[in-house]
Amino acid sequence: MISIERSLDTPRWQRVALPFMSLVLAAIISGLVLAASGHDPIATYRQIYAASFTSPGALTSTFVYATPLLFTGLCVAVAFRMRVWNIGGEGQLYMGAIGASGAGLLLGGLPQPLLIPVMIVAGVAFGALWAMIPGLLRAYLQTNEILVSLMLNYVAGLIMYFLIYDSQSFWRDLTSPTALVFPTGKTLSASATWPGVVIGSFTLPMGFLVGVGFAVLLFVLVRNTRFGFEMRVMGDSPSAATYAGMRTRRIILAVMALSGGIAGLGGASQIGDFGHVLDPRGLQQAQYGYTGIVVAALALYNPLAVVVVSILIGALTNAGFALQGPSFPAGLVGTMEGIILFSVLGGEILGRYRIRIGSQLRVAPADAEADAGR
Amino acid sequence: MNTDLIVAIVVSAIAYGTPLVLAGLGELLTERSGVLNLGVEGMMLMGAVTGFFVSQQLGGPGWAVLIVAMIVAAGAGGLMALIHAFLSITVRVNQIVSGLALTIFAGAVGLSSYVGQVWGIGGQHGLHQLNRVDLLGLGELPVVGPILFDQDPFVYLSWGLVVLVAWYLYRTRFGLYLRAVGESPRSADAMGINVTRYRYVHTVVGGALAGLGGAYFTLAIAPIWTDGLTAGAGWIAIALVIFAFWRPDVLLIGAYLFGALSSLGFTLQAHGVQMPSEFFSSLPYLMTVVVLAGASTTLARRRIGTPASLGVPYAREEG
Repeated sequence: MISIERSLDTPRWQRVALPFMSLVLAAIISGLVLAASGHDPIATYRQIYAASFTSPGALTSTFVYATPLLFTGLCVAVAFRMRVWNIGGEGQLYMGAIGASGAGLLLGGLPQPLLIPVMIVAGVAFGALWAMIPGLLRAYLQTNEILVSLMLNYVAGLIMYFLIYDSQSFWRDLTSPTALVFPTGKTLSASATWPGVVIGSFTLPMGFLVGVGFAVLLFVLVRNTRFGFEMRVMGDSPSAATYAGMRTRRIILAVMALSGGIAGLGGASQIGDFGHVLDPRGLQQAQYGYTGIVVAALALYNPLAVVVVSILIGALTNAGFALQGPSFPAGLVGTMEGIILFSVLGGEILGRYRIRIGSQLRVAPADAEADAGR
Repeated sequence: MNTDLIVAIVVSAIAYGTPLVLAGLGELLTERSGVLNLGVEGMMLMGAVTGFFVSQQLGGPGWAVLIVAMIVAAGAGGLMALIHAFLSITVRVNQIVSGLALTIFAGAVGLSSYVGQVWGIGGQHGLHQLNRVDLLGLGELPVVGPILFDQDPFVYLSWGLVVLVAWYLYRTRFGLYLRAVGESPRSADAMGINVTRYRYVHTVVGGALAGLGGAYFTLAIAPIWTDGLTAGAGWIAIALVIFAFWRPDVLLIGAYLFGALSSLGFTLQAHGVQMPSEFFSSLPYLMTVVVLAGASTTLARRRIGTPASLGVPYAREEG
């Protein structure tokens, strides 16, 4: 007798193979979309590959996009793994950028080795505080954190606009006559620039290295500490965590702060590594926060895998901006990212079920329902 | 305060609230079946872009073009919802992530932007726009005239839909079954109700209504297409469903409150009130946060209306 049944655990090879199979599936579906709209899929994929890896300077600019995605990917990975649905990475990144640029401008006279940590702390603090709004509401009132964190993305974007375009704020450049007509932010001093690692013609941003450090820390934190154990229990079964006497409110708040802080650090890196100025349009255009969801899902919410996936999706995003034009419409990359996410989700069925030939003996675990989501 | 200003605020509240009514009703039906669809923003944008495209391409009398455009927009929304239905009902993946995926796929920098550019409709001025219909010639009445009897057909349609959905939910057998599916799919299944079919139908209908809501932006509010023009209306519609305790009548009132907030900035500035525009723009978002927090305190105490199986996939052989 042949039957399809739930597998009790996913074999390790499947966990590794799933993202790759999803990418192949996504490439096929995206190819169909491209063909349907009159583009040659193979030629387009060649263009994307060249624009993200092989053209002169391509790899450097791939890392320009991979760096923020590494942070927003970690932000989503750490929260979603615990079933805290923080989709406010976008706004928390803006707030981190506001905090880090504010600190950089205020203390511009400090020497570089002091100023950079100050900017990092400011970015983390602003991002974490912004994430505390949905965090506190969720922890104490059971308010839906998805909607609250998302609404605050729009508010954070408007705060940035207000600071640069609609007020005489500290962040805005009010000295030159052109800046009064075309508002821009104040440029940070040279000591606020984060030094990248230059290897030949390739520059690795400092922020990316900081992000890798954070990914390793998170991996260890979740796997090897008591706090990480509590987080995992809460993610798998909130009621078990309550019965075990864990302080679930505190865990929710900690996860939110951690998640928001990492996104805020991404904002600090945007200022220190790349922009050196608070640029609302530039920050908003890329939608790093939302793309972080794609990164985290493709990495199956594993912090170390986020590092690799961020480079991959960073390459795709980079190609999107580099090739943008009539033959490569702006929405194409977002569409492809959506298809990748769908493929990862659809691929889950392969990991969760198996075809069994023989007698049906094994029984599904009782909490299968609660587990079905991951 | 003078009456003109109040009438102006109410009229624009209705204009900006109508897409929220349509998309909110759709999400309400979907959630009543136990499916949470966070892809409303993406479905609305697909409705907006396809509706506008069709209205630009078709020839013929304006009313016929607009009706076809509305049907196509609803179809586009329904088609998007079908993806979510397949993933969340058949494959039984996490509904939150699947809905987010739908918004990323179809959203402001996704498919809606892509097709808008492929079709080359960005920057075009719309050829057709829904006009107000003076109902029974009562539009000239003071105060109630402009509010009740001088609206565009979409608004009348949305009022009709609110009544229809309320009747369907509380007065028909299908509505009773739908609520049963949302509360306890296992019991509904035991009663012989086809849970999968109910969830599919209401998810797709929900998507169609979201598509219509999106089309209201491009066919009625302002006949142009720009990427991401719904600016979070889809998310506010999801919040409204919670705020309305899953009841269509409360949803209508809530939608107009948010409509008033969304348009308050324009209305007050037109009447000479000076404030930073960012402040007014952020009001609907901040209000959503406040309202959600308020609704959750009541909810936590009494649990009004939340379909018990919301967000939980149903599998007959498990559990």
